[in-house]
Amino acid sequence: MAVLIDIRNLRKRYGEAHALDGVTLSVEEGQFVAVIGASGSGKTTLLKSINRLAIPSAGQIVIEGVADRLSPADLRRSIGYVFQGIGLFPHMTVAENIGVVPTLLGWPASDIRARTAELLDLVALPQAYGDRQPAALSGGEQQRVGVARALAARPRIMLMDEPFGALDPVTRDSLGQAYRALHQRLGLTTVMVTHDVQEAILLADRIVVMQAGRVAADGSPAQLLAGHPDPAVSALMDMPRRQSKRVHDLISGRSPHG
Amino acid sequence: MDEQITAAWALLPDYLGQHVVLSASALLLGLVISLPLAVAAARRPAVRWPLMAAAGLVQTIPGLALLALFYPLLLALSAFSRQVGGSGFAALGFLPSLLALTLYSMLPILRNGVAGLTGVDRAVLEAADGVGMTPAQRLWQVEAPLAAPVVMAGVRTAAVWTIGAATLSTPVGQTSLGNYIFSGLQTENWVFVLFGCAAAAGLALIVDGLLGLVEAGARLRDRRRIIVGVAGLAGGATFALAPLAMAGGQPAYVIGAKNFSEQFILADLMQSRLEAAGASVRRTDGLGSAVAFRALAGGEIDAYVDYSGTLWTNVLQRADTPPREVMLAELGKALKTRYGVTQLGPLGFENAYALAMRRDAAQRLGIKSLADLQGRSGQLVLGGDLEFLARPEWKAIEAAYGLKFKAQKSYNPTFMYRAVQAGEVDVISAFSSDGRIASQDLVVLSDPEGAIPSYDAVLLLAPGRSDDRRLVGALSPLIGTIAVERMRQASLMVDRDVDKRSPAQAARWLARR
Repeated sequence: MAVLIDIRNLRKRYGEAHALDGVTLSVEEGQFVAVIGASGSGKTTLLKSINRLAIPSAGQIVIEGVADRLSPADLRRSIGYVFQGIGLFPHMTVAENIGVVPTLLGWPASDIRARTAELLDLVALPQAYGDRQPAALSGGEQQRVGVARALAARPRIMLMDEPFGALDPVTRDSLGQAYRALHQRLGLTTVMVTHDVQEAILLADRIVVMQAGRVAADGSPAQLLAGHPDPAVSALMDMPRRQSKRVHDLISGRSPHG
Repeated sequence: MDEQITAAWALLPDYLGQHVVLSASALLLGLVISLPLAVAAARRPAVRWPLMAAAGLVQTIPGLALLALFYPLLLALSAFSRQVGGSGFAALGFLPSLLALTLYSMLPILRNGVAGLTGVDRAVLEAADGVGMTPAQRLWQVEAPLAAPVVMAGVRTAAVWTIGAATLSTPVGQTSLGNYIFSGLQTENWVFVLFGCAAAAGLALIVDGLLGLVEAGARLRDRRRIIVGVAGLAGGATFALAPLAMAGGQPAYVIGAKNFSEQFILADLMQSRLEAAGASVRRTDGLGSAVAFRALAGGEIDAYVDYSGTLWTNVLQRADTPPREVMLAELGKALKTRYGVTQLGPLGFENAYALAMRRDAAQRLGIKSLADLQGRSGQLVLGGDLEFLARPEWKAIEAAYGLKFKAQKSYNPTFMYRAVQAGEVDVISAFSSDGRIASQDLVVLSDPEGAIPSYDAVLLLAPGRSDDRRLVGALSPLIGTIAVERMRQASLMVDRDVDKRSPAQAARWLARR
């Protein structure tokens, strides 16, 4: 498989602090990579470095085989980006939001209309939603539009920063699964930052654990769940299992606190 | 009353048109300057702080003072450009008013612009960057439409302020709705004052309403409202400007007047004679004393009436008081050589500064001359017109008689006469040709030391106008024909409370000899 994102020795300093302290990582085509870690571990900076929303202090990122081929704006139009804040444009309709990247790319209006309709179907929203204002939609529906907007210009790479973090647990779970299905169906390459270990285990086929600006662990969910020499990593990865054991105990009538 | 209202309506097309041109230009210029500054200030806090402080500072300067400050500044710039580039520009009228009002309009636009831009949701900005908008695309497609309602609210405030403050441009020689207010205030024509206020307020309300429609359209994303609002503004502006466009062209002559009744009457008299000779005339009324002479010397007005003593002390800066004839002769020569200004000749009356008191008070205190004030001035209050207390003539009187009043107050001339009548002040700096000296039974104190120079009313022509046969032909018949008694009576017609006449009517009366 071809390497789509190749990150070499990436460093990012904010004053004295190192947000990224030498990260090397390559993502192959079709992979679904979850980046997890504590707040301040550098996972969001790593993600934003890929579409140059954050500018690294040192190191190199090669996207689809080339480094710095495009201007930041052109690069971002070729990469899907979904984040927790969603950030739908409140002065545009849902359809205009979805069509924003094709519009920036200068697609013909008829192509944009067709693509918008196709995407509403893809993210399972009724066609009638196209004419609505984003404010009229629920949080889950808004993030579906966010995903549709990111997919509009058929990017090969999707970057997701806590994409479902602000949603209620049920919506969050169903939207996560729906996206995973899209990832599969469209042959996407996804890098998703999350602080939810369980979400990472259930959606990703590779998990990168960040700690103080470095990669502390990198492997498939099964590999990392089987144990890791770094006690912090194994404690983190063990969290869902410990939680579900407590839930299981509770259901079987034993006190989870005992 | 009816006659005054009719007179006011007749002036409306010109005043309103000029007012609209001025305030619309200032607002547009303010927008063009403020919006980019607001963007810069919203991006960089280091720019924001000093910019807002400077705009706030401008707001604290009284409007009239801000307008007045631009005049000398532009005069110096014009002189400089004439020296360097060979041609100057008009430092009076439109330009200083435009610049001052533009500065005035900036604060609300800046403040709301910054508030609107910094108020845009950070997530929306991150999304704009994330989908690959360039900084310019982000500004125009996302930030501008989202900040528009807040910015428009600022534009509304700026429009109302600008329309209101534009009434203050009259004293720097720009015609506006303020002409009603300033001339009405001088001649106690309250119909004019009210008419001017109502017209300015009405204009402000209409513009505010239409801009409000645009603001609501921006907020509700309703294109119809925006179109109606903009069309209303454009239509209104066209309607207001039509009379100006139809009048067309430059007038042949500009006649100036200072800010009191006698000056309005004399300017009307000159205007009617020129118009009778078939020349088009524009008026620049309500000029300050120093502004008037500089405007004439700079060629911005072609003719006006000033007073020999005023020119002697303020323009030539002389402290001596030679006999009338000597002063007039020397003045004529000096004005010609120094400024190129032609003194066409004296009109035949004097309008001297004269300290005056109510007859009953003067008799009670036994005061007949300025010398009698010596030693008593400490118990008395002096009221002067707005410039008297700062003029060299007053310094000369003060020194010659050793005067030191208990208090000194400045009034606009109308209110100065009211103040002495009401006993708020004891002595005023009256004008000898003013009809109110007789009608209020005031006593003029004699000047045994000869500290006050003579003040012959003289007709002055701008440099280069002395050979203008039509101008000279129309105005020189006025020389030596107006006796002080007739001038006093004409002024009183305008200043009195009952059977009040307009300056134009008084001028017609004066012309019938």
